[in-house]
Amino acid sequence: MLNAILVMAGIGLALGGILGWAAIRFRVQEDPLVDKIDAILPQTQCGQCGYAGCRPYAEAIAKGEADINLCPPGGEDGIKRLAELLGVDPKPLGEGLESKPKSVAVIDEDACIGCTLCIQACPVDAIVGAAKQMHTILPDQCTGCELCVAPCPVDCIHMEVVKEDLNTWKWRYPIFHMKKVP
Amino acid sequence: MENYFLIIVGTVFVNNIVMSKILGLCPFMGVSRKLEPSIGMGAATTFVLTLASGASHLIDTYLLGPDLSYLRTLSFIVVIAGIVGFTEMFIKKTSPVLFRVLGIYLPLITTNCAVLGIPLLNVQEQHGFVESLLFGLGGALGFTLVLILFAAMRERLDAADIPLPFKGTSIAMVTAGLMSLAFMGFAGLIK
Repeated sequence: MLNAILVMAGIGLALGGILGWAAIRFRVQEDPLVDKIDAILPQTQCGQCGYAGCRPYAEAIAKGEADINLCPPGGEDGIKRLAELLGVDPKPLGEGLESKPKSVAVIDEDACIGCTLCIQACPVDAIVGAAKQMHTILPDQCTGCELCVAPCPVDCIHMEVVKEDLNTWKWRYPIFHMKKVP
Repeated sequence: MENYFLIIVGTVFVNNIVMSKILGLCPFMGVSRKLEPSIGMGAATTFVLTLASGASHLIDTYLLGPDLSYLRTLSFIVVIAGIVGFTEMFIKKTSPVLFRVLGIYLPLITTNCAVLGIPLLNVQEQHGFVESLLFGLGGALGFTLVLILFAAMRERLDAADIPLPFKGTSIAMVTAGLMSLAFMGFAGLIK
């Protein structure tokens, strides 16, 4: 009986020691702040902030290397939420970046020559088509990042503002203007 | 030497842990949807199973002996859980991608009946230390082989035109049964 208890206690102690050593030896440094920032960013992967995607931008914000106002798809709302998370003052969107209404790219299918350049540019694989075949854009997948507009050699891609209908309408954040109370 | 070779061949093909002993079906069904995670799962299980069969043989021979043999299952589970915990930390450090892909199935190796079954079979068949290690390695290699074969088949099954009532897990179960029949062809390879 005593032997059994001793043996099990010994095994438990030995394994506990090994696991404790391993927890220190194989510790992984993870910054929970990066995940939180990344969750706020719109995940368009457009690169307009100057980083390779939303995750690298989140890492740069967490390190303090980047400002919070570089993300046009996130808009004012995204900046406000980032400011809230990080405990800093919200700023207007950075220079050269403007907040636009939500829009999607549209290919003029008569002009498309099937060069596949826009397919390679699209970060979210929202363009379907093949070489020398007409391409088209899946509006549900398009994030409106405009990366496909520049590469098109025949300028057949333009941005179209998404009209508000029952499927795209979103509840607006309430904004109250401050007034002097007499 | 020939004896060792026979143990490996025997556990990989003839007495395959999944196909003929029907152990370890949870990861066999759960992680075989895609080829890449199944390779990772096979590698993790191979590592755990080989270590577990060696460690449990040492514990059974030197620590428990004939007097405390009733502690066998309990102590084996404790040792396996410890080794899985160690493997999890190791993979998290060395390959975060594999860690994310394996997800919940990595801690579930603890309750994988193949991992407990092989050390118990080792005791039952009175294997020595090297034989135990080889038996564990062979069993894990057999598990990995079957898992990869099955994952490759399921990737093709996804694209195949399957009648609606058979779609998904049911056709996978039927396929697993047919694979088991095919592995019966190896019976009699080793006397």
